[in-house]
Amino acid sequence: MSIGSVPVKFKVTIDNDRCMLCERCIENCSYGVFRREGQKIVPDSRKCTACHRCVAMCPRDAIDLEEKPNDYRSHPLWTREAREAIYNQAKSGKIILSGMGNALDYPIIFDRLVLDACQVTNPSIDPLREPMELRTYIGKKPERINIKKNNSGDYDLNTEIAPNLKLETPVMIGHMSYGAISLNAQKALAKAVSSVGTFMGTGEGGLHKDLYPYQSNMIVQVASGRFGVDINYLERGAAIEIKIGQGAKPGIGGHLPGEKVAEDVSKTRMIPLHSDAISPAPHHDIYSIEDLVQLVRSLKEATEWKKPVFVKIAAVHNVAAIAAGIARSSADAVVIDGFKGGTGAAPRVFRDHVGMPVEVAIATVDKILREQGIRNEVSVIASGGIRDSADVTKAVALGADAVYIGTAALIAMGCRVCGSCYRGLCPWGIATQRPELVSRLNPDEAAVNVANLINGWTLELAELMGAAGINSIESLRGNRDRLRGYMLDEGILDVLDVKMIGA
Amino acid sequence: MCGIISVIDRSGSSMDGGAIKKALAQMNERGNGEGAGYAVYGAYPDYKEYYALHVFYDNLAESKTAVEAILEKWGHIEHSEEIPTYEQSRLKKTQIPWRYFFRPDASLISGGISGEKDAVIRIINTVNTSVNGALIFSSGKDVGIFKASGWPEEVADFYRIEDYEGYIWLGHNRYPTNTGGWWGGAHPFNLLDCSVVHNGEITSYGTNVRYIESFGYKCTMLTDTEVVAYLLDLLGRKHELPVDLAVKALAPPFWDEIDRMDISKKELYTALRMAYGSALMNGPFAIVVANSDSIMGFTDRIKLRPMVAAEYGDRMYISSEEAAIRTMEPVLDSVWMPTAGEPVIGRLRR
Ligand code: SF4
Ligand code: SF4
Repeated sequence: MSIGSVPVKFKVTIDNDRCMLCERCIENCSYGVFRREGQKIVPDSRKCTACHRCVAMCPRDAIDLEEKPNDYRSHPLWTREAREAIYNQAKSGKIILSGMGNALDYPIIFDRLVLDACQVTNPSIDPLREPMELRTYIGKKPERINIKKNNSGDYDLNTEIAPNLKLETPVMIGHMSYGAISLNAQKALAKAVSSVGTFMGTGEGGLHKDLYPYQSNMIVQVASGRFGVDINYLERGAAIEIKIGQGAKPGIGGHLPGEKVAEDVSKTRMIPLHSDAISPAPHHDIYSIEDLVQLVRSLKEATEWKKPVFVKIAAVHNVAAIAAGIARSSADAVVIDGFKGGTGAAPRVFRDHVGMPVEVAIATVDKILREQGIRNEVSVIASGGIRDSADVTKAVALGADAVYIGTAALIAMGCRVCGSCYRGLCPWGIATQRPELVSRLNPDEAAVNVANLINGWTLELAELMGAAGINSIESLRGNRDRLRGYMLDEGILDVLDVKMIGA
Repeated sequence: MCGIISVIDRSGSSMDGGAIKKALAQMNERGNGEGAGYAVYGAYPDYKEYYALHVFYDNLAESKTAVEAILEKWGHIEHSEEIPTYEQSRLKKTQIPWRYFFRPDASLISGGISGEKDAVIRIINTVNTSVNGALIFSSGKDVGIFKASGWPEEVADFYRIEDYEGYIWLGHNRYPTNTGGWWGGAHPFNLLDCSVVHNGEITSYGTNVRYIESFGYKCTMLTDTEVVAYLLDLLGRKHELPVDLAVKALAPPFWDEIDRMDISKKELYTALRMAYGSALMNGPFAIVVANSDSIMGFTDRIKLRPMVAAEYGDRMYISSEEAAIRTMEPVLDSVWMPTAGEPVIGRLRR
């Protein structure tokens, strides 16, 4: 017997008294929720993903969208999600796909860490009146520097400093490929990072020629598929990132469905039109740390040792030991992506169950690198679920040099976190390649929004530092004294090496 | 709060501790009777070649036996004695100060230990982290630290500080605000021939400690000042940066300023910040650091704590207050306020 359909998730209603029949909802909904029947707009709620495009575009505020309450018999174990996943899989026999970040209700450690502020004896610093330094260099640092005195009695530097990225704010935008997101979305991000003095990742989609003007603020990625990678691509980037793993789906590769591989995407990725772009989980030339060393060094050699090379891994159980290996592999920075990181598409079971929170990963990686005496020589970039300037501040205090944001930057461009990116129908023109949808995103306007977001966070970060009596980001990095745990158990506090509130 | 005073006689002539006691007491408004201390260079001419280890003991049974076992295992004790003290009405002896004149045998200690000084640091770390009721708080050659919980005059009288003579003196009047007052927590802090007095709070302490501990140092004094001594030991002795440049690592110029420097200077200061970002000290502070041949004072980069310098003949002074300096030397050749982050250095002429 057929299982039948599952209940609708969202309920869309039209207030006919307010509606002026302009049909913008019909035009805007790429999922086909709306149709006109005579003098009425009729929604098909079953198709709704809660992307909110209709609500945002309706000139009369005539659309109501609500999450439908659970109408199964309630049960604490057999939740709606659990049951619906079974119904769907019983019908399809397939892996359940999902988009965006981890959707399970894990406690968010960032929200249980509180920051410090100065009072009386140790004055807070007012960023409006005093200099506040957020400049950050990402890359290899020497353990020590050597100097020699010159004839005029001044000191000259006698140590060669490896190439570093110079950031004016510790917030960068992580890797989202052309293919996963639209060219307009990438352009918007590129303009934004150039204007605020930071960097973004290209993802594993190659570098479209429209982005060449922003190449000095772009980090090119080498993933297992090697899509879009040639010497021209490597030379254009300001830095190179080898992607081993991703927080939203540790241990599995990427898959860009053939439908998304339109002409421009196929050229940029250097793959045939409409072919599936599958990047496997492992790099087929990396099966050991020695192999990784070889790749790091070959990329450096190919680019004449002029660019820092990063290695990105997902935060998993032994992340600290793995990161320590990477730090010794000649890599200039290790990127750790926590399990709250977003994605265009991932099997739901991975997104929700594999990996660990980035807070813990930063703390343990920082610890082991210090124990091995090499923390200072390699940069740590944290990503995966960074939502606001407080998260940035806490990530740095736990030990990160800088953070990557992804979802937050998309939200700044309009994304409503509907989680349907993998369908390629993003009504906001972000996670889609359909020209009519892509054209909805104005790259210039979106760039301003993203730059505003980063500027806003940067100002807040400066205020938080000033309140803590700190005027340079170097003094916040790894400064766990400035954090206290609130409602965290002793075990986690121990791992984080953070004191309990009140201590 | 807190008051600091220091003086060097650049000709190397000795001064007794009488004047600095008065100068420090002049700044009693900056203290609260919870701690005061003195450092004197040139204190032990008879044992010049030995490390003078000053130890606070809780008792002379287990802890002393344990420390001496460690010292004898790793070197030779030339002479040992209780540091003479004279109880004051308010200042009771809560710990027993002891001193050893000690020579380590570096060849006995393995694990990257390259010389006598490393060996002494290792011994100090071992004692301070593993022997209950014992704390080595002074370890330089020909240097002595004398400190306790009390007002400056009481601490001076407790040790009869005027009986000691030296060519460099440091004094500190303490007003602890974020940790309790205890003998070990009083200033000066010392490691080998480097001693530090400090007025302020280091907001970057968490970063500085994690940095310095990754080089094998252990912070045990429960206060932010000791980290300064270790940072300077690392940068100066181990990384061989000249002292003025080491200070520029701890209190570097702002990026704005660095950006305006000429190319070679800009490279140097950029490299300094990149390599030593975690040694950068933030928060309000005025610090005086002494070595066997110099004193050096510097403040934080926006000068949130006062510091004044002065000269009279061969003597150079650095203090929180001019009034304190004038207690020692009423008529001065010159008095000036060093700018934020700019080190003032007084060196022996020899
Ligand atoms: S967009 Fe709003 S006003 Fe226009 S047709 Fe749809 S519901 Fe009616
Ligand atoms: S990018 Fe588009 S499809 Fe993806 S979650 Fe955001 S709004 Fe939805």
